[in-house]
Amino acid sequence: MRAFIHELTDAFTRGETTPSKVTDAYLARIATLDDKVGAYITVTADHARSAAQASDKRYREGRPLGPLDGAPIALKDVFCTKGVRTTCASKILENFVPPYDATVVDRLARAGAVTLGKSNMDEFAMGSSTEHSALKVTRNPWDLTRVPGGSSGGPAAAVAAGLAAGSLGTDTGGSIRQPAAFCGVVGLKPTYGRVSRYGLVAFASSLDHPGPFGADVTDTALLLGAIAGHDPNDATSLAAPVADYTAGLEQGVRGLRLGVPDEYFTKGMDAEVEGAVRAAIDVLKGLGATLERLSLPATPHALATYYVIAPAEASSNLARYDGVKYGLRVPGRDLIDMESKTRAAGFGAEVKRRIMLGTYVLSAGYYDAYYGQAQKVRTLVRRDFDAAFDRVDLIVAPTTPNVPFRRGEKADPIAMYLNDVFTIPADMSGVPAVSVPCGFTASGLPIGLQLIGRALDEATVLRAARAYERATDWHTRRPELS
Amino acid sequence: MGRGEPVKNPQAYDVVIGLEVHAQLTTRTKMFCGCPTTFGAAPNTQTCPVCQGMPGTLPVINRRAIEYGVRTALAFDCRVNLACRFARKHYYYPDMPKNFQITQYEEPLAGEGRLEVDLPDGTSRTIGIQRLHLEEDVGKLVHEGTLETAQASLVDFNRAGVPLMETVSKPEIRSPEEAAAYLRAFRAVVVYLGVCDGNMEEGSLRCDANVSLKPAGAAELGTKVEIKNMNSFRNVQRALEYEVRRQADALDRGERIVQETRLWDADHGDTRSMRGKEYAHDYRYFPEPDLVPLKLDATWIDGIRGALPELPRARRQRFVAAYGLPAYDAALLTQSRALAEYYEAVVREFPHPKLVSNWVMSELLRELPGDDERAIEQATVTPARLAGLLRLIDDGTISGKIAKTVFETMIRTGEEAGTIVRREGLTQVADAGALAALVADAIAGNPRAVEDYRKGKTAAGKAIVGQVMKASGGKANPAMVSKLVEAELDKLTKR
Repeated sequence: MRAFIHELTDAFTRGETTPSKVTDAYLARIATLDDKVGAYITVTADHARSAAQASDKRYREGRPLGPLDGAPIALKDVFCTKGVRTTCASKILENFVPPYDATVVDRLARAGAVTLGKSNMDEFAMGSSTEHSALKVTRNPWDLTRVPGGSSGGPAAAVAAGLAAGSLGTDTGGSIRQPAAFCGVVGLKPTYGRVSRYGLVAFASSLDHPGPFGADVTDTALLLGAIAGHDPNDATSLAAPVADYTAGLEQGVRGLRLGVPDEYFTKGMDAEVEGAVRAAIDVLKGLGATLERLSLPATPHALATYYVIAPAEASSNLARYDGVKYGLRVPGRDLIDMESKTRAAGFGAEVKRRIMLGTYVLSAGYYDAYYGQAQKVRTLVRRDFDAAFDRVDLIVAPTTPNVPFRRGEKADPIAMYLNDVFTIPADMSGVPAVSVPCGFTASGLPIGLQLIGRALDEATVLRAARAYERATDWHTRRPELS
Repeated sequence: MGRGEPVKNPQAYDVVIGLEVHAQLTTRTKMFCGCPTTFGAAPNTQTCPVCQGMPGTLPVINRRAIEYGVRTALAFDCRVNLACRFARKHYYYPDMPKNFQITQYEEPLAGEGRLEVDLPDGTSRTIGIQRLHLEEDVGKLVHEGTLETAQASLVDFNRAGVPLMETVSKPEIRSPEEAAAYLRAFRAVVVYLGVCDGNMEEGSLRCDANVSLKPAGAAELGTKVEIKNMNSFRNVQRALEYEVRRQADALDRGERIVQETRLWDADHGDTRSMRGKEYAHDYRYFPEPDLVPLKLDATWIDGIRGALPELPRARRQRFVAAYGLPAYDAALLTQSRALAEYYEAVVREFPHPKLVSNWVMSELLRELPGDDERAIEQATVTPARLAGLLRLIDDGTISGKIAKTVFETMIRTGEEAGTIVRREGLTQVADAGALAALVADAIAGNPRAVEDYRKGKTAAGKAIVGQVMKASGGKANPAMVSKLVEAELDKLTKR
């Protein structure tokens, strides 16, 4: 079972099945299979059933809310859900129940989507394998000994394993696209500001991008359409009107100029990944796109820069978890002792590493050398993209340099960080990018093709991804789980 | 060093003081969320996920707070920065929900300006303003019983997120007295602008000072000490006087001044060092990534400039020049914008400036519960009604003495003066016939006074006038009575 949302809602409209029946089927599948996959931290079965019944009624009365009405979806456990605990896969928020819904959660509910539960992630979205979750192990549905990628490993695995029809994740340094590639699903990081961050528990504010996962490009476009748009509660959200992302999906790539950046085909990258991506680029060429080799010279510096900016912002954003107001509190003999013990017990090693790194780079005397310098490099990364998009409409590249690795294989933090070398530049510059399945290794592990577009041009990114998808059948393959 | 001891060698040092004033803005809602800012509500009732620093929440700038900041900056002749931004200032304290404060650091709302300060000796000085910026206030810790005996600290976030405007003076203040005068002038301006209620006791206006001493005439500044916790005008002056003495004594003894923060203790009348590593902060400022840089529209700023009210100092000068009022009256009448407007409204209807000033300063201020904007705006005796009362004195309908009684009734009942005078029959008796009878009775009843008058004691005539006034129940026209008594006595004595 890996149904497409657009097929499900068509079936609801035709009366062939109902949201309740489909929701029950998903809940049953979660009950059977999630012990193996571990996609969910919290399953909200009662919420899901009552939302599905409300959706049933709308279809019966012939007035569904739109193309997502009744669609069973999962939310990365980083989005605040009113009355449903929101953990960020951290012990410090293990029992935190928000009093409000994130804007994207509210928008999906208004579109009629049925939330099945909250899915696993690296703690506070810091990681590339979901191994840093303090609460749960998530496995790659294609090979249970391997990681699903991260930090949005749960939402990606849920869609891949048919434990949700679609999902929402966040991408701060590749955290949607890399797990999408590892799990063989579609994952989109929208333009910064296109989707509201209100209610998304912050990791690195200037880099956090909420975005959708879908089993195919059409579902991904539908989900984006529901969550995109200006939000008065997020001062960084953009006022530009939202395009109809499904309208031009089938228009193909004929005449589109695609840039192939030298810096994204590096020595040491997995040969099967390179081969699959080059083959995919040939498919796009065959569909009528023109190719142009180009250079994004700041790319090699993006990763190091990211590991200054993201931890700096994280050290600030995570300061609020002190045991005073909500979340974990470990008693201490006085205030400072209580706060120290709470944070020592509540945060995992990777989170602590980044808090220390971020605190250091913002310290008096180091700010200019690290944070100030990093902002300059970030400007260079942006200029690279600006210059490239003067010449081409899209950039095509691999999503990751390698295939899903085994649990525990990347014990060295730097080896883990290198996974995000191709995804981080789009986070740094804020431009939209999608990962779409483009093949499998000989051993059956998924590979992702990345398409990067101009700011606010998600429509073209999705259209090219859809053209490629239509020409191939990767998105129809399913992992064998039983 | 004992309290109250004079500085041994006060001329030996130049005092250098800079003030940082935090003013709570009177916006209806908080700086970054829609919660109300009302003072004194039950704990944590004026909060939402944003001002409680809940995970996932984001700040949104209150446009009105920016407007108030710009208004104040323009009143201080500051340079308003068309592009400014907010920054995060980090330190751990349980009353601060996010453990960072959103403030402005490198790019404040406004730069250099000035404030004209009138000193008690009648001279005035211009004190430079270094910068003006906006930030959010923190919450409050509450303890059951006393701080020493309480078993726990509780946090009230009602105040968390209330807009604060910080104005930093240049280190150009030369004495504690000047510091108090600066603060008074500052308060008058922000209250006039309607951006702050100026209440130091409730903490709407707070002041920290940087104090240093240097050898008289020296160019290089001495080591500065920051003084906190001065919560009234009087305490600002007392604290700074103490601190100046303390530093002078230390320097006299050849000691070095330690750069530190000291707390003013009003009960003991001294300042105490806040030592300890926990106060050695590295605030790790960086631009607030949840807010885009603020771009102000020059036309919008011009609109605010055009709508600026007349400021207290200018108004005071005008009151002296235009109405011929003594400086004392002008200062008192312009201390609040509402009072000055009240005064001018009365004068417009009854153009006798000094008489109106006397009535406003003595009668009105005595009867009102306070001289703040609200008390004056809600006064039952409106400017038109006060003018009506004064007109009745002017046209001789009632005496000045009766007028005071009528005024008290007006305050109580909210009626027009004329209504009260008619109902209670308080019109002056100005009928010469009726008065003549009273005068004749008084003279007949006081042969002794008549005899004294005959002997040249003209004061005796006043006693007779008093008798007539008493007999009329205070309603007789005093001028007319005097005239009649004098005429009558002259008749008698010339015989």
